Amino acid sequence: MFQIKNKFLNQLFGSCLDLLPIFVVVFVFQVFILRQAIPNIGDMAVGAAFVVLGLTLFIQGLEKSLFPIGETMAYAFAKKGSLLWLLAFAFALGFGTTAAEPALIAVANEAARVASDGGIIEQSEQAKNDYAFGLRFTVAFSVGFAILFGVLRIIRGWPLHYLIIPGYVGVVIMTFFAPATIIGIAYDSGGVTTSTMTVPLVTALGVGLASAIKGRNPMTDGFGLIAFASLTPMIFVMAYGMVL
Amino acid sequence: MELLNELFSTLLSTIYDVAPIIFIIAFFQLFVIRRPFFRLNDLITGMAYVLLGMTFFLVGLDKALFPLGSAMAQQLTSPDFINPSTDQSISIAWQDYIWVYIFGACIGFATTLAEPALIVVAIKAQEISGGSIKARYLRLAVSIGVAIGISLGAFRIVSGIELHLFIIAGYVIVIIQTMFSPKLIIGLAYDSGGVATSTVTVPVITALGIGLASTIPGRNPLLDGFGLIAFACLFPIMAVLAYAQFADWTSRRASPKETEQEGE
Repeated sequence: MFQIKNKFLNQLFGSCLDLLPIFVVVFVFQVFILRQAIPNIGDMAVGAAFVVLGLTLFIQGLEKSLFPIGETMAYAFAKKGSLLWLLAFAFALGFGTTAAEPALIAVANEAARVASDGGIIEQSEQAKNDYAFGLRFTVAFSVGFAILFGVLRIIRGWPLHYLIIPGYVGVVIMTFFAPATIIGIAYDSGGVTTSTMTVPLVTALGVGLASAIKGRNPMTDGFGLIAFASLTPMIFVMAYGMVL
Repeated sequence: MELLNELFSTLLSTIYDVAPIIFIIAFFQLFVIRRPFFRLNDLITGMAYVLLGMTFFLVGLDKALFPLGSAMAQQLTSPDFINPSTDQSISIAWQDYIWVYIFGACIGFATTLAEPALIVVAIKAQEISGGSIKARYLRLAVSIGVAIGISLGAFRIVSGIELHLFIIAGYVIVIIQTMFSPKLIIGLAYDSGGVATSTVTVPVITALGIGLASTIPGRNPLLDGFGLIAFACLFPIMAVLAYAQFADWTSRRASPKETEQEGE
């Protein structure tokens, strides 16, 4: 009991240290550069306390739930030896976590506005909604595909950079053919798909698989799933812009 | 009371976000693997911690950081701050935005250090590597990468240079670095870009991008505001690869014999 309490306090202290730089930056810029007072000090203090508490709980919770479950499921799949189910799981995980991602929904709506202002689609609500919806599903599909492909890579032991570098080349080639309005959105979409919830689970899956399969090293083979998930959306979104 | 309401509605939307993950895990565990969950109690308390933690984290950010951060981004980019003289005919040069670049670098560095996904991935990497990768240094490297990326991205918006030129140059550098990097770090380095841009960093830098693109004459906020996230995603890869090369180099210099044995 005593140890658990200690660990929690340790984590709480760590969270304070992690968040200190943000408050220092905000304070210094607000007071010394913009030369303004900090508004609503009370709100700020409550917010800061919430952030510290939230970060502490989140990290503790992850170590108890998503991390172990990702790894035990990876072991179970490796033991079961059913490649098809494992790939289905990988795809579902990538697709399911991305389709509902709030950051992606925001970016898709923004993109629909750009497209409609640029005259690519009609200037009606219906057309915009269709466009945003299509974009979201394109990205979700591409992340599902990325995790599936990344899992296949871990199983086969392909070196990561032989796959990522051609991906970069693909992005560059697509850039020359995609409409100019979509390029910024496409480049950004890679970063917004991998959220705080998805990253730990996908990392645990990759590392678990790489340690369960003989001849794979969790360090060299276990990482890289997120890299695929941030690369494929760029290519797929540019393709979406070209088709429409 | 208002605070309670906010907490409750954030909790609901967090549950909504997590629901697909839980559903997929439960489906595959129960119907495909067909085994009960290992340590179900721990899982449930852990999940409750995750949900509660995320809720407090988001509400706290909303209270303490996001409004002030966006307001600051807007003020730093506004013409009143950049060019206080009343003569608006003096055109603004890219050097006038120096505080924007510094702010972008500082806030990018600070928000990345607080990024929960990065914290847990760094802990994991330290565990797996048996301590040869230090979680703290890894996070510092990623944060420095984001800092450089955002200030360069801000410079790009101000100068109006095409986005893809920077990104292509970045890819070329990453490819060259990959050829000279220790194999162990490559996966982690490539992952770090996507990990760095999450809950804390994205909203703040989006506000910065929109603020910049909407106040600079001749920029279209809808077109030129994008791209900062791409920068923040690309530069951590370089920073982590550089950190690995540096660590490799120093350890080789310190004990040339030991590394030779390891290499065999």
